[in-house]
Amino acid sequence: MPTVLVNGEEIEIGEDERLNGIQVAARAGEEVPHYCWHPGLTIVASCRMCLVETGRRDAESGEISMMPKLVPGCQTPATDGTVFVTNSEKVKDARAMVEEDLLIRHPIDCPICDKAGECSLQDYHFEHGREERRADLRPFTSRRRPLGDTVTLFVDRCVMCTRCVRFTREISGDAELMVVNRGAHEEIDVFPGFPLDNRMSGNVVDLCPVGALGDRDFLYKQRVWFIKSHENVCAGCSTGCSINVEENQDRVYRLKPRENPHVTGWWMCDEGRYGWKHVHDPGRNTQPKRRGDEGYENVEWSDLSQELDLKLRSSQRIAAVLSPHLTVEEAFMLATYVREIDPNAQFVLGHVPTQGEDESFSNGFTIRAEKCPNRRGVEEVIIGLTKELPTWDDFANQLGEESFDAVWITGGYKTNWNDETTADKFSGIPLLIVQDTFASPLWDRATFQLPSAAFPERDGSYVNHADRLQCFSWAIRPPAGVMTEGQLFWRLSQKSGLYKSRSILEDVTREIPYFAAAAGVDCGEHGIDLKVDKLAAV
Amino acid sequence: MTDFEPVLLANIDRDDSHTRAAYEATGGYQGLKKVLGGMTPDDVKKLVKSSGLRGRGGAGFPTGLKWTFLPKDHPGPIYFCLNADESEPGTFNNRILMEEDPHQVIEGLIISCFATAATTAYFYMRYEYPLAWKRVQQAVDECYEAGYLGEDILGSGYSLDIFLHRGAAAYICGEETGLIESLEGKRAWPRIKPPFPAVEGVFREPTVVNNVETAACVKHIADRGAEWFKSIGVRPDPDNPRDAGSYGPKLYCLSGHIEKPGCYEAPLGITVNELIDQYGGGIWKGRKAKCAIPGGISMGLLTADEFDCSLDFAGPGKYGCLGLGTAAVVVVDETVLMVDFLHNSSQFFAHESCGQCTPCREGTSWALKMMNRIKAGKGRLKDLDLLLEIGDNLGIIPGTTICGLADGAAWPLKNAIRKFRDEFEAYVKETNPDGYMETNPVPVLEIIGAH
Repeated sequence: MPTVLVNGEEIEIGEDERLNGIQVAARAGEEVPHYCWHPGLTIVASCRMCLVETGRRDAESGEISMMPKLVPGCQTPATDGTVFVTNSEKVKDARAMVEEDLLIRHPIDCPICDKAGECSLQDYHFEHGREERRADLRPFTSRRRPLGDTVTLFVDRCVMCTRCVRFTREISGDAELMVVNRGAHEEIDVFPGFPLDNRMSGNVVDLCPVGALGDRDFLYKQRVWFIKSHENVCAGCSTGCSINVEENQDRVYRLKPRENPHVTGWWMCDEGRYGWKHVHDPGRNTQPKRRGDEGYENVEWSDLSQELDLKLRSSQRIAAVLSPHLTVEEAFMLATYVREIDPNAQFVLGHVPTQGEDESFSNGFTIRAEKCPNRRGVEEVIIGLTKELPTWDDFANQLGEESFDAVWITGGYKTNWNDETTADKFSGIPLLIVQDTFASPLWDRATFQLPSAAFPERDGSYVNHADRLQCFSWAIRPPAGVMTEGQLFWRLSQKSGLYKSRSILEDVTREIPYFAAAAGVDCGEHGIDLKVDKLAAV
Repeated sequence: MTDFEPVLLANIDRDDSHTRAAYEATGGYQGLKKVLGGMTPDDVKKLVKSSGLRGRGGAGFPTGLKWTFLPKDHPGPIYFCLNADESEPGTFNNRILMEEDPHQVIEGLIISCFATAATTAYFYMRYEYPLAWKRVQQAVDECYEAGYLGEDILGSGYSLDIFLHRGAAAYICGEETGLIESLEGKRAWPRIKPPFPAVEGVFREPTVVNNVETAACVKHIADRGAEWFKSIGVRPDPDNPRDAGSYGPKLYCLSGHIEKPGCYEAPLGITVNELIDQYGGGIWKGRKAKCAIPGGISMGLLTADEFDCSLDFAGPGKYGCLGLGTAAVVVVDETVLMVDFLHNSSQFFAHESCGQCTPCREGTSWALKMMNRIKAGKGRLKDLDLLLEIGDNLGIIPGTTICGLADGAAWPLKNAIRKFRDEFEAYVKETNPDGYMETNPVPVLEIIGAH
């Protein structure tokens, strides 16, 4: 095993691992500050914040010879015998110098800067900077200009790390951003008439280590130190990007991508990033209702589960439509509950919303046309329980020929997703339970209207297009009047207390072989590849 | 005048020296014919290596050695770039060569390309040389007509095309990887090395970047042989194993407060005094010299006491300068204030810093702002220490930047303040009698803006 020396500590790295000084130091628990380096982008080694001392240890004699000059850690590969020193006086002086340089023209307007609190310039200055300002210069004012519909540039806060420029060239591929002017007059800019306009533009804000690029959607909405971050999975499409839902007091303020090498690396698309507005839409369904003789009447959740249970148990033939917005656990709980009442119950994969075609970027990032997070998971739950997979359209069309006493339709869609013609086919069903986030023609024909949870309120796991199971917990509580599917199904399944998705997932792995890889293992940050076992079985 | 016979400048006095007819009449393209007529590329590489020719662009890297860094048996293409982005203040030897004797440069270029197996050469010329542009273009056209360029040159089976590329007036394009980036149509931000251009250069293919004067020297080495070249110049210092010696003739650009400024050819190793006295006709107006730049402003300063410095690749370093650089000697007389000198130099580097690396981008701009303040009579003694600190921490020698041009920005700061500290202190005390001892930062609103 190659051994690297970091501040005298021996660190073993894998034979095939290609790590740089920053990465190998991180293994030794040493943070090497950096601005321009990002693992997902090419190396430019221009910010000079990660300067370290390096050398080689002779394999035979064990003698260490150091290079006289400093080198950027980001650009120095770690191989067997490489020596890194990240805590010497020389290194500390260099960091202090770079910090001082970066602040010479910085407006230091932290009190009005959105980045304050999560800003590398702040953090590094606190840790590595000088105590006094020696540059007797008046900083420029904080000029700003929009780069596009999603991003505003605060020109003078920029440290010219060029991460954003490289992102638009290497990842999104549209190359809108560039550096103009020279020397200390350099600025990030776009060509007149060609704004930053691509489907991944929001990532440049995450990449910006300082407050230069502001997300226009998030700008001035919330101080970051009030924000709590929750690991979650984007429900925007079947790619299933790992994200963090950032909220304060049950209100989502932004979504941020979370690094997951098995899904999309470090990025997410704008559609997913800004695709949470429906969560706080005032038009959302928040009141469970029962159809009475004189229209709908409100019901209390406390009575509702018992009433639903009684009604379902008095029905002969039941069908359940499992929406691809449900988590695996929710779909499984509803299906097993219904199957227990009617062993021949019909399970149907709910409407799968699609839009356009898959769009792939040069680095492999794909925005999928399938605009739901869990088609694969729900599909496998249905196949695992019934061996067949009727789709929503099949089901709606067969309704004329086959009659059901009760149909439970789950939703969770971002918009109205069905039309009057389809909805009419369901009008003859005695017990039609529709559970959805927004009103729709079907909703208006329901016997019971149950408001449904939105994605940050759910708990459980999704299976993405590539059979990767990712688990997450709720980030915010649902609005008053909404009970999450998980909690309702948990209650109907006669379980006590609060819904615990993990215990359900264990049941799923026992019952359905497709999920076997998830049995007894921690889902972790990156999720579990369900294909592994499938391939092994073949 | 010495008895040294100029070689590189032998023909520049003729009115038609830039034409092929005149060039051939004085033995032009004989070297090329000799090379293509019977030598292999390896022979030429060995010849140049044995001549001890070192690059004339500034760093003085051995040319033959640079060529051998190209990968062996590379399927190609290999590119050759001729660096004619001569932007170092005080330097104009490439201009003389390109304007007055372009065929000499082109012949050297063809021989160099043959030696390195390059079939495409880019002639990267700075924007500010319109006459050189015209004459080199003419010369290239003439070469195509005469069969010195194009397919199957002189029946040897070797083919070469030369493309002229005109820069957009930026100092950084003279840095070899900055030049390559610029040539590729990008912003001229020098690349991180390794990989060196010999491994991955223009369009990610192996590339050699040589200076115009280097190419001219190659021509003469092909003509007259390595022994002739080695008979001129300075042998390696036996006490310094890293000194490769400084052989051959060199074009010295003499300017500043001199009676007869101009571009003079002399053997490497001539001292500043000799250069001033024998070629420059002494300091102008009978004044005394105060200091001189040994080889372009980025090399630092020699004080008048140090004029016995030998102008070879190892000489100026012994006096605390960065090196020989482009051998552009700018003499400064006693009437010049060093504050003005440093202000001017800081202005240049703040203007020309490409802005890629933080220490250079911010350091040069900060230095200029401090110099502005000192000039405005608000200087303090602590500013001098700050300027020195900026200088000491700038460049590839301390490791804080990507390219060596930052070292060039640092050297005038270091040399001027260290060698003329008394004068700087006196200036600060005189112009700011009340505040020169101040160590607290200037209140923000009273600061003088730099731009």
